[in-house]
Amino acid sequence: MNTGKVKLKKEVNSILCGPRKNNIKESVMEAFFAACAAVTIFVVISMTLYMLINGLPAIRKAGVEEILLRTEWKPTAEEPSYGILNIILTSLIGTLSAIVLGVPIGILTAVFLAECPHKRTAGLVKPAVELLAGIPSVIYGLLGLYLLNPWMYRLERKLFEGSETHRFTGGANLLSAVLVLAIMILPTVINVSETALRAVPSGIREASLGLGASRIQTIFHAVLPAAKSGICTAVVLGVGRAMGEAMAIMMVSGNSVNAPLPFQSVRFLTTALISEMAYAQGTHRQVLFTIGLVLFVFIMMVNILLNYILKKDKESHGYEKEKK
Amino acid sequence: MGGVNSEGFVERVRRAARVFWQSKDFSKKDPSGERENVQKSNAQITCGSRVIAGAAALLIGIMTVPQNPSSMSGSLRLAGSSSMEMMASALAEGFMEQNPHVTVTIEYVGSSAGIEAVLNGSADIGTSSRKLKEEELARGAVENIVAMDGIAICVDPDNRITDLSRRQLADIYTGKLTNWSQLGGEDVPIVVVGHEAGSGTRDAFEEALGIKDRCVYANELNSMGAVKARAALIPGAIGYISFTVLDDSVRAVSLDGVAPSAENVENQSYPLCRPFVMVTNGEISKQNEIVRAWFSYVTGQEVYGGMDRR
Amino acid sequence: MDMKKKRNSKDMEPKRKADNTLYRIRVRPLELFLSAFIYGAASLSVFLLLGMIGYIFFKGYGELCPDFFTNATSARHGTVGIGGNLLNTVYLIVISLLIGIPVGVGAAIYLNEYAAQGRLISAVEFAIETLAGIPSILFGMFGMVFFGGVLGLGYSLLNGALTLTLMILSLIVQNTRDALRAVPNSYREGAVGMGAAKWHMIQTVLLPSAAPGILTGIILAVGRIVGESAALLFTAGSAGALPKLGQGVGEDIAELLGKIFESGGTLAIALYLQMQNGEYELAFGIGCVLIFVVLLMNWVISLIGAKKR
Repeated sequence: MNTGKVKLKKEVNSILCGPRKNNIKESVMEAFFAACAAVTIFVVISMTLYMLINGLPAIRKAGVEEILLRTEWKPTAEEPSYGILNIILTSLIGTLSAIVLGVPIGILTAVFLAECPHKRTAGLVKPAVELLAGIPSVIYGLLGLYLLNPWMYRLERKLFEGSETHRFTGGANLLSAVLVLAIMILPTVINVSETALRAVPSGIREASLGLGASRIQTIFHAVLPAAKSGICTAVVLGVGRAMGEAMAIMMVSGNSVNAPLPFQSVRFLTTALISEMAYAQGTHRQVLFTIGLVLFVFIMMVNILLNYILKKDKESHGYEKEKK
Repeated sequence: MGGVNSEGFVERVRRAARVFWQSKDFSKKDPSGERENVQKSNAQITCGSRVIAGAAALLIGIMTVPQNPSSMSGSLRLAGSSSMEMMASALAEGFMEQNPHVTVTIEYVGSSAGIEAVLNGSADIGTSSRKLKEEELARGAVENIVAMDGIAICVDPDNRITDLSRRQLADIYTGKLTNWSQLGGEDVPIVVVGHEAGSGTRDAFEEALGIKDRCVYANELNSMGAVKARAALIPGAIGYISFTVLDDSVRAVSLDGVAPSAENVENQSYPLCRPFVMVTNGEISKQNEIVRAWFSYVTGQEVYGGMDRR
Repeated sequence: MDMKKKRNSKDMEPKRKADNTLYRIRVRPLELFLSAFIYGAASLSVFLLLGMIGYIFFKGYGELCPDFFTNATSARHGTVGIGGNLLNTVYLIVISLLIGIPVGVGAAIYLNEYAAQGRLISAVEFAIETLAGIPSILFGMFGMVFFGGVLGLGYSLLNGALTLTLMILSLIVQNTRDALRAVPNSYREGAVGMGAAKWHMIQTVLLPSAAPGILTGIILAVGRIVGESAALLFTAGSAGALPKLGQGVGEDIAELLGKIFESGGTLAIALYLQMQNGEYELAFGIGCVLIFVVLLMNWVISLIGAKKR
C-alpha cells in the first residue's frame, strides 16, 4: 500500500505538475506535518527523560535495595524508611487478580457478541459494553466507596468475627479494589477480543461444524485458538489499564501500606502517587517519583509486549496473505 | 441511636464548633516574637482582642460586604493546608467581594508544600496548620498566626463511647485496642482512620499523643472530609479531623473529660490544639498591596462558626 | 457482511434439525455449563451497566435543578452548584482540542500521506502506542513537573489543558489515520491526476472524506477529557469559582482569558472531591451529569457511524 503512495509522489513531481518543490505553501505544510509527527516522539522521549531524572535521585540517595526490596514505608519518620516493595507487590497482585477475575468474563462476553446467533440480543449487549467503556473512573470509585465498601465490611466482620489479630479495614481492602478493577477492564477485554473473534475466517467455523463438532466445541476448540493473538492483546491491554488505574481504587482500597492480602488495607503504585504527592517534601517526594518511575517501567514493559504481539500477529497474517 | 442524650450532645458539638479564633495585631508584631514556641504564641492569641475567623461554612453570613468596593486589582495566590480549606476559601470569597478586581486562588497542597510555595515565590501566602520549623523560619518565612484550631476525635454517630483518655486513644491508634467492647462500648471492631504521611494534621496528632510513626492505620486518607466521611459511613470507625469540618454526620468525643469545644480550645485546656498560620516570605509590611489588604481583611473579620453543612 | 450473517444463521437451523434426524441427541453437561457461562457473562455486563447507570440516576437526579448548573459551590453564600466546574471543563475541552486537533491530525497526515515506510514511521507509531498506554496519573506527574514547574504554569487550566493534549494526541492520531487509510487510493490519484498539488489534494479531497472518522476521534477525546481526573488533580487543580463578569466587554474578555492561568477543577474532579468529603448526594448529582455526557457522546458517535455507512 505504501509503495503505491511513494510512486504517487514521484508522479506528482515528474509527469503532471513539474517541480512542486518550489511551491512554498506545499513545503511549509509538509514541514508542519512532519513537525506534528515529531512532536509525538518528542513527548514520549521527554516523558521518559523526566521520569528518569525525577525518579533516579532517590534510588541513588537511598539505594536500590533500600527502596525496592524493603517493605517498611515510613517516609516522614525521624529515621525514614522508603521501602516500596509492598506497594509494588500490591500493584502486581491486584492487577493479576483483576485479570484472573475479569478476563474470563470479558472473553465469554466477547464470544457471546461475536458468535451469538440472535442479532437482537447481541445488539443489546454491544452498546452496553461501549457505554461501560466510556464511564469515567471516578464514577466506579464513587460506587465502590458507597456500595461496595459497606458490603465488604459486613463480609469482613462475618469472616473475622472474634479474631484478635485482624485489623478491621471497614471494607476498604485489596478485594474491593480488585473487584472494581476487574469491572473496569471488562470493556477493553471485551472489545478487543470481540474484534479478534470476528476476524477469525468463517471457514474455520464452518469446517469445524462440518466435521460434526457442536457449536460450543467449535467456539472453544476452533475459534478461540484461532483468535489467540488477539485475545492476548486484549489481556495485555487489560493489564495496562488495571495497572494504571488510580482514581477508582483510590477510595476503595484503604490506602495503608500493607502486604497484599485480600482483607488488608493496601496501597497501589498509582494511589501512592495521588495520596502523598500533594504533601510530600524532600526525599519523600523523590521516592514518590521513583514510584512513578517503577509504574512507568511496568507500563513500558506492557507496551513493548503489546508491540511484540501485534508485530508477530502482523507477520503471521502477512504470511497467510502471501500464501493466498 | 445509642443510649446517649443526643440532644445534649448536638448542643455540645455546636458549642464546640463555635470556635473563636483570635488574632493578634500583625503590623506591630516583631518577627522574633512570632518565632517563639507555640505556648507564647497562644498566649498572645488569647490576649488578642480581635476574633477573626471561624469554622467558616456559615459564619460568613455575618460578614458585611463593604459599600464601596476597592479598585485594587491583581491576583493573590494562596497555597497550603487543606485543614484550613473552609476558613481560607470563605475568607477568599469575602475578600474578592470586597475587592472585585482581585482574584484569589487557593491550592490545598498541604502545609509544607504551601510554605515551600511561598518561599520559592509560586504563592503569595502559604497556609499552614502547624507552626513553622526552624529551617523554614531561617529561610525567611514569617509565621502569622490567624487562628487556633482543635483536632477533634470523631466516631460514627451510633457509637456509645463519649469520652476517651489520651492513653486509650494512643492504644487505639497503635493497635493495642481493637474492639470498642474493650472500652465499654458495643462489640464492634475499631476501624482506625487517619491521614496520610506528610499531612500536617497527622504530624500534630501523632506528636501530641507521643505515638509518632507507631500508628497502625486501617485507612489513610488524604483529606479532612474523607476522614470524616469514612468515620460517618463505617460503623466502629474512629478518625481525627479539624474542628472546622466537624458536623452532625459524626460525633466528637471528649478527651480526658475535656469537651471538644471552642472555649476549651481558646483556653488551651483541650489537649489537641494547633495554630492556623498564614505564612509570608518576609514581614507583612514588606509585602505588596494586595497581601497587606488581605491581612487587614483577615484581622478585621469577626466571625464564628456554626455546625450546619453548606 | 450481511449475506454471510444470514448464511450463518441459516446454517444453524438445518443443523439443529439434522441433530434430530441423523444423530442421537447428545446432552453434554459441560457444554450446557459453558453456554450458561457465556450467557451469564454477557448478562453480567449488561446488568452492571444498567445497575450502575440506574443507581447513579436514582441517587442523583434529585440534585439536578437549574441552580445546580449555574451556581458555583460557595461556603460563603451557602450555594451548591457545578457552574464553575462546567465552565472549567469547557475551557479544558476547547484549549486541548485547539492544540490537539492540528497536531494530531497533522501527525496522522504525515504518517499516512508523506512519510515513506521506514525508521521514522515506526518510531512515530511506537510513540503513539506508548502514549496510548501511559496511565493518566503519569501524565499528571509529567504535567505537574514540566508544565507546572519548568514552564512555571503552576496549577492552572492551561497546565491541565496541555497535559490533556498529550493524552488525547494518540486518540486523534489513531482515529485520523484509520479514517485516512479508509479513503480509497483512487481519490488521491484522481485529484492528483487533475493537477492538484499534494496539500491541496489533502485539503479538498482527503480531509472531507475522512471527516467522520476524525470527528469520531475528537468526540472520543472530548469524552476522555470530561471523564479524566487523575491527570488533572496536580495540574489544573480543583477551584470551582465562576468568573466575575458584567464589567464591560473589555474587562470580561480579559477576565475570561486570564482564567486560563488560574486553577480550575473539572466535573470529574469536583465529583472526586465531593465523594471524598462524603457529600454523596452532590457526588451522585455530578455523576448524573457525567453519565449524561457519556451517553450523549456515544449517541453522537453512533450517529456519525450511521452516516458513514
